[in-house]
Amino acid sequence: MLMTRETRSRTTAEPRKPSKKTAKKPARKKTPTAGPRPHAGPDADRVRLLESMLRIRRFEERCVELYSAATIRGFVHLYIGEEAVAVGVNDALGPDDSVVATYREHGHALARGVPAEAIMAEMYGRTTGCSGGRGGSMHLFDASRRFYGGNAIVAGGLPLAAGVALADHMRGLDRVTCCFFGDGAFAEGEFHETANLAALWRLPLLLVCENNLYAMGTAIGRHEAQTDLAARAGSYGMVAWAVDGMDAEAVAASARRAVTAIRGGAGPHFIEARTYRFRAHSMYDPDRYRDRAEIERWKAQDPIGLLQARLRQETALDDGDLAAMEQRVLDELESAVAAAEAAPEEPVADLLRHVTSRPPEVN
Amino acid sequence: MTTAPPEDAVTTYREAMRDALREALSGDERVFLIGEDVGRYGGCFGVSLGLLEEFGPERVRDAPLSESAFVGAGIGAALAGMRPIVEIMTVNFSLLALDQILNNAATLLHMSNGQLPVPVVIRMTTGAGRQLAAQHSHSLEGWYAHIPGIRVLTPATVEDARYMLPAALADPDPVLIFEHGSLYNAKGALPRSGTTAGLDRAAVRRSGTDVSLITYGGSLPKALSAADALAQEGIEADVVDLRTLRPLDTETVAASAARTHRVVVVDEAWRTGGIGAEVSARVAEDSFYDLDSPVERVGCAEVPIPYARQLEEAALPQPADIVAAVHRAVN
Ligand SMILES: Cc1ncc(C[n+]2csc(CCOP(=O)(O)OP(=O)(O)O)c2C)c(N)n1
Repeated sequence: MLMTRETRSRTTAEPRKPSKKTAKKPARKKTPTAGPRPHAGPDADRVRLLESMLRIRRFEERCVELYSAATIRGFVHLYIGEEAVAVGVNDALGPDDSVVATYREHGHALARGVPAEAIMAEMYGRTTGCSGGRGGSMHLFDASRRFYGGNAIVAGGLPLAAGVALADHMRGLDRVTCCFFGDGAFAEGEFHETANLAALWRLPLLLVCENNLYAMGTAIGRHEAQTDLAARAGSYGMVAWAVDGMDAEAVAASARRAVTAIRGGAGPHFIEARTYRFRAHSMYDPDRYRDRAEIERWKAQDPIGLLQARLRQETALDDGDLAAMEQRVLDELESAVAAAEAAPEEPVADLLRHVTSRPPEVN
Repeated sequence: MTTAPPEDAVTTYREAMRDALREALSGDERVFLIGEDVGRYGGCFGVSLGLLEEFGPERVRDAPLSESAFVGAGIGAALAGMRPIVEIMTVNFSLLALDQILNNAATLLHMSNGQLPVPVVIRMTTGAGRQLAAQHSHSLEGWYAHIPGIRVLTPATVEDARYMLPAALADPDPVLIFEHGSLYNAKGALPRSGTTAGLDRAAVRRSGTDVSLITYGGSLPKALSAADALAQEGIEADVVDLRTLRPLDTETVAASAARTHRVVVVDEAWRTGGIGAEVSARVAEDSFYDLDSPVERVGCAEVPIPYARQLEEAALPQPADIVAAVHRAVN
């Protein structure tokens, strides 16, 4: 119901979605390929978006099993339903760009290219985890991919992201910093301080608000006086728009447009991705605050199903390709789980490592 | 080229701090200063006066009144290869940035398994004594000393004002520097040859055999003046300047206690749960059998610092209070 809300920032119009007419291409003649190779050819990028979403979905479904078996613990926030946002935005970023994410960041990390194995090992708290077992689900980091977390404080990543962007800006580097956050962050001062700072200094910052309509159990209409988020962001003097966050291609096109403008020196951009989480807020949440019919309505717009259907219709993607993709993803996850199971635990003797860069304080 | 060793110069704490900033800005392209009114205004306490003209608005960067955003931006810029020096007007306002300091600066190295060091320096004033009332006068550096992952410095002398900053910038971890507001006009000798004191050791500022006064920052001059008064009565005080509140140099404290057998802890924070409580506990743990009397503490009255002069003076530790505590300890 909220998706039909026609609130658009007055600052700009939403970027055009690729129309079916122009996007539709003649079916490619299939050539037999040896083994389950990723798709190549003119539709490869679109297929990669799909596979990336599928990897996130299956990764998290595996997390549910492992959590139920008490193998992994802690707060675990699932991204299921929202995959199109991380995947679409990451599609527009290059390897030198930076990402700052939230505690619901399995999807952001995977889309960024952090190996499933390193993330799974982190869920297990193992030495080979991307944070050496010190972070867990909510604190994934990968400096080599400029993935700065993993932040469990609502809105806490926003000032940091402005700083990363400021550093790049001051050093004359052609880099964009992307910060993901939820609609809940709009109620925090840190969002507004950062928006002002970034617009004032024209920082190369892409703000991506994942509006899934809820902050834990509080619906957006009960936590925001003004729910047109793009309009509010636009009021800071940055370019802002909303996009269908269930459509990975629309998100990718939107993000590409923003990133191109930011690289051109246009200053920070804001994208409100309208999305929905299919699961509860976290594994602890009994999800009593929303009605089942609403969830079912949104599931009908499953971003994976949507892109699958579109690719079947518009490209040569067929059942065989889909089955091969599914198998690739499952194999990758199974070996990630096996590697995590086999990885050593971080030794307790190393408890005080990395509190400071110096040897541990003994006094 | 050889030059004769230069003479020690007499300068103020403020000028020493400014020289340190100037040296940092000219020595390293990655260094920049960010904070409210650090540029055109010249710094709320005049510390950065003139630096904008010298280094330009990119590197002496006036920030909006957004403690959380500009402190967090300093932290983010440090993550991305810069060496920011963030100035917060006073420790009271740093509370608006506590999330960034505690939840990001202090934790990222550990949570990332060593992948994300945060080489940021955050300076701020602390302390009372200028009739600014409760919201501009508190001494909260002890709260920050509670936090693993950061270093807490409290320069009390002109020499430390000049040389702690470069050492802080060389530290790969977040460093917080607390400058007591009453010290900016203090004058002192500055050894031009540089200091070897580093950041890890406390300093014995006056040697004595009868009692140890353990203090730091703005309370150091008061402890020294109490020591002068005590010397008139033949009581020689050993005055230890902690210099760094985290990590604490407990060895220097214990060595002093072993010399004098009596310890008085002096600081401007509230006694309950304060840094003085921590130091007393360390003395009890490390020096129990060296002590001839219970540890005495002189701190702030348990009250928000009041405005009226006589009330503020009564709330704060004064040399006479220190002398009285020493009398209790030596009797
Ligand atoms: C500063 C802060 N306050 C409260 C919380 C507890 N909390 C965790 S997630 C959450 C809801 C945030 O919602 P939103 O920003 O919309 O993100 P979403 O979880 O929907 O992705 C809350 C209140 C927190 N982590 N940080």
